[in-house]
This record gives sequence, structure tokens and C-alpha cells, in this order.
Amino acid sequence: MLSFVSRRLATGVGLIATLAVLTFFFLQFGVSDVAQRIAGQQAGPDAVAVVEERIGVDRPVLVQFADWASSALTGDLGRSWFSGQEVTEAVMSRMAVTVSLAVGSVVLTAIIGITLGALAATRRGWADRAVQFLAVLGQAIPGFLLAMALVLVFAINLDWFPATGYTRPSDDLGAWALSITLPVVALTVGSIGGVAQQVRGSMIDAFERDYVRTLRSRGLPRRSIVFQHVLRNAAGPALTVLGLQFVILLGGAVIVETLFSIPGLGPLALNATSQGDIPVVMGIVVVTGVIVVLVNTLVDVVQAWVNPKVRLS
Amino acid sequence: MSSVSPAAAPARRSGPGLFRRLVRHPLGGVSMLILAVVVLIGALAPWLAPFDPSATDLRMILAEPGPEYLLGGDAAGRDILSRLLVATAFSLAGGLLVMAVAVTVGLTSGLIAGYYGGFIDAAGAWFTALTMSLPSIIVLIAARSVMGPSMWWTMAIFGLFISPVYYRVVYTSVRSVRNELYVDAARTSGLGDARIIGRHVLLAVRAPVILLMSGVIAAGIGMQAGFDFLGLGDPTTPTWGQMLNEGFYNINRSSNLVLWPALVLGLTTIALTLLGTALRDELEGTGDKRHKAASPWALDGEVAPLLDHGDAPAGEALLTVRDLAVAYPAADGYATVVKGARLTVRRGETHGLIGESGSGKTQTAFAILGLLPQGGKVMAGSVEFDGEELVGRSDAQMNRLRGSRIAYVPQEPMSNLDPSFTVGHQLTEPLVKVLGMKKGAAKERALSLLAKVGIPDPQRAFDSYPHQLSGGMAQRVLIAGAVSSHPDLLIADEPTTALDVTVQAEVLDLLRDLQEELGMAILIVTHNFGVVADICDRVTVMQKGVMVETGATRAVFEGPRHEYTRALFAAIPQGAPRAPLPGVASAGSLGAGALR
Repeated sequence: MLSFVSRRLATGVGLIATLAVLTFFFLQFGVSDVAQRIAGQQAGPDAVAVVEERIGVDRPVLVQFADWASSALTGDLGRSWFSGQEVTEAVMSRMAVTVSLAVGSVVLTAIIGITLGALAATRRGWADRAVQFLAVLGQAIPGFLLAMALVLVFAINLDWFPATGYTRPSDDLGAWALSITLPVVALTVGSIGGVAQQVRGSMIDAFERDYVRTLRSRGLPRRSIVFQHVLRNAAGPALTVLGLQFVILLGGAVIVETLFSIPGLGPLALNATSQGDIPVVMGIVVVTGVIVVLVNTLVDVVQAWVNPKVRLS
Repeated sequence: MSSVSPAAAPARRSGPGLFRRLVRHPLGGVSMLILAVVVLIGALAPWLAPFDPSATDLRMILAEPGPEYLLGGDAAGRDILSRLLVATAFSLAGGLLVMAVAVTVGLTSGLIAGYYGGFIDAAGAWFTALTMSLPSIIVLIAARSVMGPSMWWTMAIFGLFISPVYYRVVYTSVRSVRNELYVDAARTSGLGDARIIGRHVLLAVRAPVILLMSGVIAAGIGMQAGFDFLGLGDPTTPTWGQMLNEGFYNINRSSNLVLWPALVLGLTTIALTLLGTALRDELEGTGDKRHKAASPWALDGEVAPLLDHGDAPAGEALLTVRDLAVAYPAADGYATVVKGARLTVRRGETHGLIGESGSGKTQTAFAILGLLPQGGKVMAGSVEFDGEELVGRSDAQMNRLRGSRIAYVPQEPMSNLDPSFTVGHQLTEPLVKVLGMKKGAAKERALSLLAKVGIPDPQRAFDSYPHQLSGGMAQRVLIAGAVSSHPDLLIADEPTTALDVTVQAEVLDLLRDLQEELGMAILIVTHNFGVVADICDRVTVMQKGVMVETGATRAVFEGPRHEYTRALFAAIPQGAPRAPLPGVASAGSLGAGALR
């Protein structure tokens, strides 16, 4: 088990390193005039040269990367070229907001998706058709379009929730809950469908298995077969889908945060890339990669816990 | 035809049938109609647009719909209708670009990696993992800072980013096709790799590639709209996303701006997704085909009479099956798999039900247990167990008998144990839940049963997961589970077929011993006369869903009356089998070199 986890983490570290290298060198194509922009359009060549020296772009690219990488390994992702803020701090504080949105959505997705999927698989008939239709519809409508509709209806017309803005949970828990309700709902609707369909499919698959018939032959009530045996065997694939959804939800959060003016990773990413603020972009990419790798490893661990074959081999 | 729908055009290539079937599919027809209209609008946009989509008119800023601007004006005084038409063209083009890039990259790399493996294989897996470790929108935003706000670049990169969707599908199909015999045959007959890929491999991946198209286009359109909604788009190529952005931030001034692009975007992505569902239904045959029988079920033809040797002892009948018919819904009406099952099992007897595969033996057994697979139904006849009618009983009513008075031993031991639970859990769960035993007592009973069925280390087996057991061990566990409630009737469906020859004999011995000890009746379903000769008191022969002959094992072996029974005997390699010796049947050396 331990070697299993460490192997997964090692692959993850390799991925993050690849990600960092690719992003860094790719971004070099866009930085030609960044010093000029920092110094201001009126600044003369001397002033620009001073800025170039300050942010270090006057050095060879390889040296810049080595420098970045060696301090990144110690947890220091440098400072923003534009605001001078520490990148680690900026990304972490905003990542907390984005991850809480994504985690909230994943939890909500899991609860609703598994319930709907199980309902469709056990009831079949019209309940099945209804769930399938809703699942397709939820996946079809782009998340931001739904978010927009939610804002128009529930925030602007009905005024039940704040249209934009974010309250920290440490400031006011109730206001925080209200401020993230619409964003979380907007994110969740799109991902429920995938999970519900996966749960439905693997449960129907499990129902057809020989061991279900044998359990039934022993007089076990259907309810306990569904909730213990079928659900347990359908859990593996559902977990994989939930893990994938988490990455998709992180991406969706970028758009939804911008729409709701929530100070998460999305607005930071938009700002940093439009300015060409390489340290911040690198920070976002690397920290996102780390979180995704951690989540994937967690999914694998839970997977092993659910499936004895994985656990014991 | 090129102006129909983005996904319909390639779909047509897979034969004229698919297109027609899609049109007839309830979701497919509607979604293709919507897409056809949208694509037509996009294609003709330059000629349809009444105004230059970027021409501003100060008088028309946020104008209400009127004779000049049919859908009104936007915040810059541009004609909403004209912008919508042109945006439709660009949005669709973006979606198609995503699809084109994803298919080209994913298909090519998937084919090469799947067919040749090696370096490309490793690189493909690595790239797939890479794309899954970062949300694509972050990549697109980063790419924009380098490439500038070009819609074409953004969509091409997104296409590259989701190409693993195709890569994985193509890769897996190619891998499985590569090892098929017909590909080997093609290779040995000297066909070049290119010919093989073109001829055999491409054919195998065609369906999944088509299947994913509409979904990928929808994802591309959705991503582009979201990207442009963030204000990252190129103002020279108006899209639905840009219009939504402008509309949303002017929502307090006019709700007109949001309505149309939202409607078109929503309709298009929904239509594409539904088309994908329809495609899947038609290509994979997973459609929710509600069965409407052309005619009500009826037994076709006469059921042959049962040749009864008439030598049944006077014992009390425990199970009586009369004229049982089992049918499944089929394309046109019903497929009747059991037509006339007639069977009597007396208390304490071992009854063999023999016939070739597909004769309906197992279906008869499932029907008695009330455990017919999905769709199967008892259409006629009766099953009487100890004076009670079982046909028409609900699952809950059957559960009062199953697992307590009627038990079942399946054919394939490994697939009949739940892989996620320990043997101990699976043995004790029914004891606790069905027989109402205490946990401790159930565990004791399970351990003693495991010992009784000849498992050397019961505690270890109790704690094991099914995949840690051998087939023979697993079958013993299943027998232990079946007899744990001291049933009156044990239905064993080919209990030895999946086992090694030596283990087969042991399992039969075990069944015989258990029967002597518990006094239960056994109905043993088999295609092996050796098994019948070895342990059965009486035997019933089944052919094509009908019982044709029944009698004492010895009588049937000595004087088979039905031609089918005689044919079965003739088919045994060693020639006609010898009749078993009277008494405890263990002398059968018939089919049964196979047994000992």
C-alpha cells in the first residue's frame, strides 16, 4: 500500500516537473515587451533596462529557469513582476477559495449524482428516463450560461442571494454560505450528469452479475443487496469519475469566479496572463498541478480501500 | 448535404442506414433539425446579415427591437441580429476546428501508438496524464498571453488538449483489434501495415470516432463561449460568448442582449449532446427500446409428449413443475426458451436434469427459483413447491423460501462470489439477515460449514476474499452457503462444469454426503451423463425447451425411449454407456472416465 502510494506520488512529481518546464519555456515567447509595460509606455530604454535587471529577464532563459526551479523547490515561487506580492502567498490564499468551491461542488455532485444514478438503476422505467434526460441536459448546457441564468433569476430578479462578491467564512459564516451558494450550484449542475450516468451504468452492470443472483438465491432482501453489494461494487468507477470531475470543476471555477467576482484563482489567472506576469502564471500552474496530483492519489487510495483486489495485490 | 449538420456529414459515411436511422430516432431527428438550421444560418451569415456586424450607430445604442434593427441594438449601437448571425458562423467554425484537431491528432497518434507501441505509446500515455492534471481553461488563458487573443489558435490548442479523448478510444480499439486472429491472418498473408490499418483497424475505430464527434464539438463551442465570456476573445471575430459578455455586463440597461445568444448557444449545445446520445443508441444499440410485442405471447406448435417410464416410487412430491413456459422479449414478439417443462422431484431424491447447452435447463432452474434474468418471464404453467404455487409470487414472497427451504449452487464459482466482500461476510450475511441468527452464532455455523465441505483451514477461508481462493475452494464455499439453511431442495446448476476433473469428483462426493446427512432433495442440472450416472436417482431429459423423457436413472440408461435420449447416449465418445450398478451409484464408468 505504501509503495503503491509513493509510486503514484513519484509519477505526479514527474508530471508537475514536465508541466513546469513546458509552461516556463512556452511563456518565454510572450515576454518580449513585458519590461516596457512594467516601466510604462513613456519610459526610456534606461528605465526599461533597470526593470529588466530587477525582474531578472536580462539573464539567459536557462539561468532564469534554474533560478526559479531551485527556489520553487524550497516553496518560494518568487514575486509578482507587477504587484511585487509574494506568489506563494497570493496563489495559496486564492487557491483556498477556489478549492473550497470545487470541493463543495464535488461533495454536492457525489450526493446528488449517486442518489440519482442509484434511483435510475433500481427503479428503471420513467425514473430512469427522467434521470438520463436531466443528466444529458445538465452536461449539455455550458456552466457559465447556467451561472448567468442563476444570477439573473435568483440574485437580480428575486434578490435571494448576492449577485457578486465574496464574504470570508471567518468574517460571517452565513453571508459566506449565501455568497457561494449560486456559484456552487452553477458548478454542480454540469457535473451531476456524468456521475449519475456512471453510477447508473455500473449499478445496472453489477445487477446483472452472477453473484447478485446467488445472493438473491440465499433470500437476502433486495434492499440490502442494492445498498451493500451493488453500490459497493459500483463505487470504484464512480470514484474515478468524481476524481476527473474535480479537475473539470477547478477549470469551471475559473469562469464562475470571474462571473461572481469571487477572489479565487480565476481572476488572478486572468490578470496575470493578460499582463504576462510569468512568476504568477507559473505559480498557478504548479500549485494547480500539485492539487490535482494529490486529489488523484487520494482517489487511488480510496479506490484501493474499496476494491480488495487492488489493495491486496 | 454538406450543409446539414456537422456530425451528420461524417456519420453518413458509415452507410446510408445510419443517417436514416438517426432521423427516425426521436432525439436524433429533432436535434438534427435544430443543428441543420443553425449550420445553415452560420453558412449563409454573410449574405443574411442586414448590417455590418461591427458598424456602430450612435442612435441605435441599446435600441429596442424595431423595423431597422430587428432584434435591437447593443451597447455600441451595433445590430444584434447581424452580430448574432456572424457570431453563429464563428462559433460553429471554432467547434469544428476543435473537432478537426482532436480527431487528427488523437486518431493518428492512437493508431500509431496502438499498432506499433513503443516510444509513441509511452509519449501518448504521458501526454494524456499531462492534460488531465490541469484544467484546460488555465492552459488556454496561458496560451493567450503568448499567442494573443486569436480564436483560431485558442480553439486549435483546445483541440490538442482534448485529443486524448480520441487517443484513448482509438488506442484501446487498435490494441484489441491488433491481437485478433484476422489481423494476424492478414499479416501472415503478406499484407503491409498500411493496408492492414486502412482495412481492418480503421474499420474497428470508426464507430467510436463518430460517436465522440458531436460531444467534442459541443465541448469546443462551450469552451469557446466560456473563454470569450471572460472577455478574452478576439473582438474582430464576434462569437456567442462575446455577445453574452457584453449583454451580461449591461444587464441592468437591457436584458435584450443576453437573450438571443444564450438561446442559440443553449439550443446548439443541447442539440449536439442529444445527437450524441442518439448516435450512441444507433451505433451501439443501447437505445431504450421499449418492447412492444407485435402479438401477445403464444406457444407455437405442439409440445411433444413426455415419455415417462412410470417407475416413480410412491414418495411425496416436493417440487412439481407443470407445462412451464419461459419467454424473453425479442425483436418481433417473444423468444420462448422453455416451452413445456415437466418435472417432479420427490423428497430426498437426487434428480438429474440433462440436455445439451441451450436446451433450457438453466432457464427452468432460474424460473423455479424466481431468478430469471432481466426480461425473462414465466408465461404459462405452474411450479408447485411443497403444496404452494410459486409462479406469480413477488420477490419478497419468494424470499421466504429462497435461502431457507430452497437453495442454489451456481455453475461458475468465481463469478458467483462478490469480489468486494470476504467469504465470511458472504456466508454469515444471509444467516443473520434471513435466518435471524446472532452474529457470533452465524460465524460459528459458517466455520463449521466450511469444515464440513472439506476446506482445510476454515478460519483462513473465512477471512479471505474470493480472488484469493481456487475455483474448487470457491465452489465448496458456495455449497456451504447453499446448505447453511438446511434446505429441503437444493438446485445445483452444472456444479462441476467449471472445475478441474479431480475436483469434479470431490464436489460430487460432497453433494452426495451432504444429501445423506441432511436428507434434502437435489435437482442437479447437467449436460454430463457421467454426473447423472454417478449420483442421480432419477433423470429427466430436456430438448429444445421441452422435457422429453423421465424415469429412474437405471431404466433410462438401459432402455432410452426417446430418440433424442438415444442420440445423447450415442454421442458419448466411448460408445453406449453402461448402466450404473444398483445401490449407491459410484460405479458409473461412463462418460465418466471423465470423472474419476
